[in-house]
Amino acid sequence: MRPSFLFVVAALSLACSRLEPAAPADDALLDGPVDGLSGEERARFLRGDVAFNDAVFHAGNGLGPLFVATRCGSCHAGDGPGHPFSTLVRFGQADAGGNLYLGQGGPQLQHRALPGIVPEAVPAGAPSARFLPPLNTGLGFIDAVPDADILAWADPDDADGDGISGRPNRVPRKGYSPPRPGDSEADGLVIGRYGRKASAYDLLQQTASAYNQDIGVVSVFEPVDPYTHEEQDPEIATGTVHDVVFYLRTLKAPIQRNSDDPEVREGARVFEAVGCAKCHRPSFTTGDAPIAALAHRTFSPYTDLLLHDMGPGLDDGYTEGIATSAEWRTPALWGLGLFPDSQGGQYFLLHDGRAHSIEAAIALHGGEGRAARDAFLALSPAQHDRLLTFLRSL
Amino acid sequence: MRTVLLLGGALCARLAAAQVDPSLLVTPAADTTRAGRLNMDATYDRPFLTFDQVPVSLGGYVEAKGEHLGTDGVSEGLSFALQRMTLFVASSIHRRISFLSEVELEEGGREVAIEFAALDLRLHPLCVLRGGIIMNPIGAFNQNHDGPKWEFTDRPLEAVALLPATWSNVGFGAYGKQAVGAWTFGYEAYLTNGFDASIVNNPQDRTFLPAAKENPERFTESFNGVPLFTGKVAVRHRNIGEIGLSTMGGVYNKFQEDGLRLDRRRRVDVLAVDANSTIRSWGTTLVGEWAWVFVDVPATFTQQYGSRQHGGFLDIVQPVLRPRIADLDQAVISVACRLEYVDHNVGTFRETGGRIGDEVWAVVPAISFRPTPGTVLRVNYRHQRTRDLLGNPPAVTGGIQFGVASYF
Repeated sequence: MRPSFLFVVAALSLACSRLEPAAPADDALLDGPVDGLSGEERARFLRGDVAFNDAVFHAGNGLGPLFVATRCGSCHAGDGPGHPFSTLVRFGQADAGGNLYLGQGGPQLQHRALPGIVPEAVPAGAPSARFLPPLNTGLGFIDAVPDADILAWADPDDADGDGISGRPNRVPRKGYSPPRPGDSEADGLVIGRYGRKASAYDLLQQTASAYNQDIGVVSVFEPVDPYTHEEQDPEIATGTVHDVVFYLRTLKAPIQRNSDDPEVREGARVFEAVGCAKCHRPSFTTGDAPIAALAHRTFSPYTDLLLHDMGPGLDDGYTEGIATSAEWRTPALWGLGLFPDSQGGQYFLLHDGRAHSIEAAIALHGGEGRAARDAFLALSPAQHDRLLTFLRSL
Repeated sequence: MRTVLLLGGALCARLAAAQVDPSLLVTPAADTTRAGRLNMDATYDRPFLTFDQVPVSLGGYVEAKGEHLGTDGVSEGLSFALQRMTLFVASSIHRRISFLSEVELEEGGREVAIEFAALDLRLHPLCVLRGGIIMNPIGAFNQNHDGPKWEFTDRPLEAVALLPATWSNVGFGAYGKQAVGAWTFGYEAYLTNGFDASIVNNPQDRTFLPAAKENPERFTESFNGVPLFTGKVAVRHRNIGEIGLSTMGGVYNKFQEDGLRLDRRRRVDVLAVDANSTIRSWGTTLVGEWAWVFVDVPATFTQQYGSRQHGGFLDIVQPVLRPRIADLDQAVISVACRLEYVDHNVGTFRETGGRIGDEVWAVVPAISFRPTPGTVLRVNYRHQRTRDLLGNPPAVTGGIQFGVASYF
């Protein structure tokens, strides 16, 4: 082939590429893989990406017949947090005594159904709460935090007297979840890390449960159909579930924007000063991890992964694990400025999306968060704006 | 031996002549009603090869493209596709009875479909009975879809993502046409097999009428025993243009089986308006179509599947140059632009009252070169924005598309 022909083809290809839309900046997106994956790991990331975002379940391939969503990505658009359209309802447990409604559809309501099937309703008298799907980013970093580091931040008896008494949630480890090295067990229970109540031990449990409870798809991990309550043949390949877990584990952590902006820096100082950082812990360092790109990395989730009593205003009467109904795991704040890009252009914050702005979410803090809320409300207008500028940069 | 060589030489000479000037064998199909042509005539309004003493005419077209598209910075690179190759066979069985079939091979032959295979019995210009596999006359594009007629490499989104072009079914009906002065009036009415429950339960994760095309059994039996009605009326003025109104509706779900009631009857209904006109002084051609889809989706299902959809397109084509190239005396270069929009889910979320997204719009400027009326070389630039169900910032797709389409 003549070099001149190759040159023309290359030039035309380059010219065509220039006519295509440019990629958004890396820090403007929540999705994308962590840096440092090998070629093989990137290929697996892509397989998981397709299974998570593109694979649609319908009557012909296992959807329902009771369900909440038709694919993983519909609850986590762009790997960000959910929207009230995809909000879950869980019911049946009021305290650490366990869920009393497992035989009546608990713990999760499937409020949608294939045509001809009657969807579930919350049984009369059952405690319940609404759960907005959380964002997916950086989950692998959270997975790689040693239990000891989580426990080091806990202060269940408020020994330091600051009014904040975080403690980890403890849940039974599912038989299919391999134990994490360095697990801290207490009474046969392990530390939960994922979910609004930190009731999921690891990403395999989170993923297999979501396929089962959200989409009505049974797997070798969760073989009981939520409609028939009977074991069924798997409707999804085991390898696909593992690919999705790998995808979730290797999603990058959100990248802060404008971190050198003086307003952002000053806002970070205000964040510390008013006490937000006591629960919204600015950084962790991972320990050993099966994926090299996740091992021994410092990251900034702005959560301590602990439960905190948020007061009666956020007490919906429902709980999971050993948490009380007023206790919620501190939500991560990373990516906060990009949430509207996943929530239809507006904010839906707190566990059920009831707050439509950052200010509203802070104002609804009670219990252990009350002192920080009061300090926020007392800020000067300039400090107030700097704090919000900082939060939107995350 | 010498005789054989002479005969072979003569045959080769004849074939060579045909290749040099194929128009010698090509004759347009006759206008069956001798009135002005409407979109409904597109099925027969194609070039056919005819042969002396043989009542069968042959034709077809081929359509191929290349494209270099990317979405939000992720390029798909340069890719080529043979979109479709279609073969027509027409036959005049009697001066009042004709048959035409259209077999389409799409995606390099991976998909083979009989798009049209119908027998027409012409009792009167206003009463032509038709039976077989017909193209449901919803909008205009579904019937008038041949690639060489268009200046764009892709079919309109409204025709393929909202409506199921090319949408064909087995059925029977009638059509007719009447010309009065400068005006021509036409109608069509058919009962056919129709949609099935996949239109609200499919891998597209949205109400998607084209999903029913995946069910080949519609050519052998109805999904639920209730026929789909498709009807259209169209009016054309010689100096103004044509406007058509069409409707299509029926039951899409299996509401009973083996005598047992499973659900209530759930309908799908489509309303479409199409129009085309040519501004004679400028030679500008305008072609447009808009369709509304209404589907009875169970309230207990997910709002992912919308109960209302709409969308359409407008093509503007302006010939700008008639170059003198060899003996291509009808060659023309045109600039064109397509504006298109589809809202797959019209409505608001029950949970928030906010507007549901799931929409796409595109602007497609184009340049085409037609060496002959039946052959087109075209280059498009596609700029498309696709918004997800929640109405998040749209994914932006853009790039160059080019291709060729020709009758043969």
